[in-house]
Amino acid sequence: MSAETATQEAHRIMTICNACRYCEGFCAVYPAMELRRTFTPADLIYLSNLCHNCRDCYYACQYAPPHEFNLNVPRSLAELRLASYRKAIWPAPFAALLTRNGRTVSAVAVILVVAAVLLGLAIGQPNAFFGAHTGANAFYNIISYPAMVGIFSVLALAAALGLGMAMNRLWRAMAGSGFLNLKAQRQAVLDVLRLKYLDGGGYGCNYPDDRFSMARRNFHHAVFYGFLACLASTTIAAFYDHFLHCPAPYPVLSWPVMLGTAGGLSLLVGTAGLIYLKIRMDRAPASEKTAGMDLAFVVLLMLTSLSGLILLMVRSTAAMGSLLAIHLGLVATLFVTMPYGKFLHAVFRYLALVKNAGE
Amino acid sequence: MIPPDQARIDISKPVDVLVIGGGNAALCAAMTAREAGADVLALESAPIEFRGGNSRHTRNLRYMHAAANDHLTGPYDEDEFWDDLMRVTDGRTDPDLARLTIQQSRDLGDWMARHGCMFQPSMRGTLHLSRTNAFFLGGGKALMNGYYRHARQLGVNIMYGAEVCDLTIDESGRFTEAGVRIHNLMRTIQAKSVVIASGGFQANRPWLKKYWGPPADNFIIRGTPYDRGRMLEVMIAKDAQTVGDPRQCHAVAIDARAPEYDGGIVTRLDCVVFGIVVNRQAVRFYDEGEDFWPKRYAIWGRLVAKQPDQIAYCLIDAKSIDMFMPSVFAPIQADSIAEMAQKLSLDAQVLGRTVDDFNQATRAGDFDPAVLDDCRTQHLDPPKSHWARPLDTPPFYAYPLRPGITFTYLGLKVNARAQVLMQDGRPAPNIFAAGEVMSGNILGQGYMAGFGMTIGTVFGKIAGKEAANHVC
Repeated sequence: MSAETATQEAHRIMTICNACRYCEGFCAVYPAMELRRTFTPADLIYLSNLCHNCRDCYYACQYAPPHEFNLNVPRSLAELRLASYRKAIWPAPFAALLTRNGRTVSAVAVILVVAAVLLGLAIGQPNAFFGAHTGANAFYNIISYPAMVGIFSVLALAAALGLGMAMNRLWRAMAGSGFLNLKAQRQAVLDVLRLKYLDGGGYGCNYPDDRFSMARRNFHHAVFYGFLACLASTTIAAFYDHFLHCPAPYPVLSWPVMLGTAGGLSLLVGTAGLIYLKIRMDRAPASEKTAGMDLAFVVLLMLTSLSGLILLMVRSTAAMGSLLAIHLGLVATLFVTMPYGKFLHAVFRYLALVKNAGE
Repeated sequence: MIPPDQARIDISKPVDVLVIGGGNAALCAAMTAREAGADVLALESAPIEFRGGNSRHTRNLRYMHAAANDHLTGPYDEDEFWDDLMRVTDGRTDPDLARLTIQQSRDLGDWMARHGCMFQPSMRGTLHLSRTNAFFLGGGKALMNGYYRHARQLGVNIMYGAEVCDLTIDESGRFTEAGVRIHNLMRTIQAKSVVIASGGFQANRPWLKKYWGPPADNFIIRGTPYDRGRMLEVMIAKDAQTVGDPRQCHAVAIDARAPEYDGGIVTRLDCVVFGIVVNRQAVRFYDEGEDFWPKRYAIWGRLVAKQPDQIAYCLIDAKSIDMFMPSVFAPIQADSIAEMAQKLSLDAQVLGRTVDDFNQATRAGDFDPAVLDDCRTQHLDPPKSHWARPLDTPPFYAYPLRPGITFTYLGLKVNARAQVLMQDGRPAPNIFAAGEVMSGNILGQGYMAGFGMTIGTVFGKIAGKEAANHVC
């Protein structure tokens, strides 16, 4: 579907919705829609990124198929959202990666895991890769300190740059203004931390079918806070290493390991739950066009947390080298694909929430 | 939506309570009867996607309550409720049943919430009704989804695509069995009692034509196409008493481009008070500014129905285009009245004269849509009593109007136990009615937002309880 078709369809459905407004209690999309009488392409991009895909409005809709108005708000907005990702991605040619994103992410993961293994075999100390290591600097015996810091600094910078540029492009595409409005930022942060709009007016999302349930919100919380805990773990570890000169691996009762373990477990539970819901869900309100991208990202997060947890368990055995390489390869995949896949939803939805709070 | 396993339902065995219908009243009756211990089978004639009758198009329910709560902004007591009902019906109501409905509606929201209804918090409420009417989160279809889920959890059996065509009543006046068409097969279902909750006949065009003649072909049915009045017809043939004027229906002026059925809320137009309305001959025919739009909402369907070809056009100019709720179809736009006449296929000279006459008759005043303002016409027939501003600012906009039928008033006469009353004055012992099929007992004319749902819920509960008591 071209961006133009997606925009036209979103325009058609929002015009019908704006004459109905029965769904205004579910989320932020409908009150934002009601502030408008006509919809510019920028308005529609904004509304599509404000949609959290809870699907409550689909099952409540008196005009949903097979009604002749054929209203499928979650699917239409998902498809426009995908089109808006394509337009926002920087550098622009990389937008092609969104097509068949599932395969792309899988391929990158395979390549980077193999590369990490090869790197470990090539640059580690002789026979180190399949040996057991204990004590300080054990990981650096597999992938040397300069390689680890160098590679991940570059990847992190590239991801930050890609995401920053894409955010800037999307903000302009949705005709955002007043990004530095602190009140709006504060409100948006609160909305994110609570996942306000996955509560569907207090009763939750319609997953996997027309029942209202907080399952998706809870699993998403587990992923979000698990991700943050892992990020915190890595940051503290880096601080210990560079400033306290205390390199990994750390004892079990240390902040990096505790946060990483808790975060990893939380991610594992959350991603497993989201994957379960995705498999079980009624596909009628879903867009098949985003299915690969959605699934690839959750699976990647799951494998990353899983490999991290296994690494923790086997870090004093001969399997450590292989697991470390696999884990680092997956983390690298996460960084590399961040600005070109589902992770965009995190930053774009945040922008939509900032604009919404500003309104 | 996960389709229910309809094939597992054994209809060869007699059931305790048979509920005919699948809207609000039917589900309230089915759940209540089941909770009273009866074995209940509900038959919905629509397929699962269109289940819920006209209830799927509703949005709120009016009920009596002593204090504000999380979804209502203030109290609504019995006296005020009563006065509101008397005002809209002009006294055309059965006072005992009306009083019963109002009293039994007390704190109905609690019962609804326990049975799967979710309410929209009142601070989000957009309408002036937020004190008297409780809004369903997501509207009527969401309410029906909740009720269906709860009914199934209670153990109510539900069949879709099951249209009851006939009822058998023995010499003693007792219902014994129903003839049901399920996927084009005629089946017989025996039951100890029956609740008729199958709506009015507004989607039965031949029946409408009996009263309205050929113009009924140009009526648009706002709600479900499944309300064809079959049970009403059967019961009338079996000597049930009726109530309500069969010629009367709730008809509003809606966008003429609406689908023939099921267009629902989005086809309504609130622009009439801001402009003028002309018929096919390009002349005005009624005071567009008589009163606030919600109060006048229901007379315009009838007015348009009486015009040639049952069509009219509401004309406004650029001053007013943003003053009313957006509607689903874009207005027809023109830079001059002559161009508009051409686009609407109206006589340009006549339309020009109509607009000129109207413009010259308007006198300056303080235009204020929030009050009955002093912008009125002088020496014009028909006048426009309020909000009359000249149509002088292009672009001009037009919306075509047709009568949109919401429901019919003809119904089965019932007593306070929801039993259907027969011509001999006696109640049928095991035949009960609830919802639109009997709302004419209470709402003899007029309309009050969310009150059809009140009647359906109150009488659904009464009918369900009485039907279960009859067998258990």
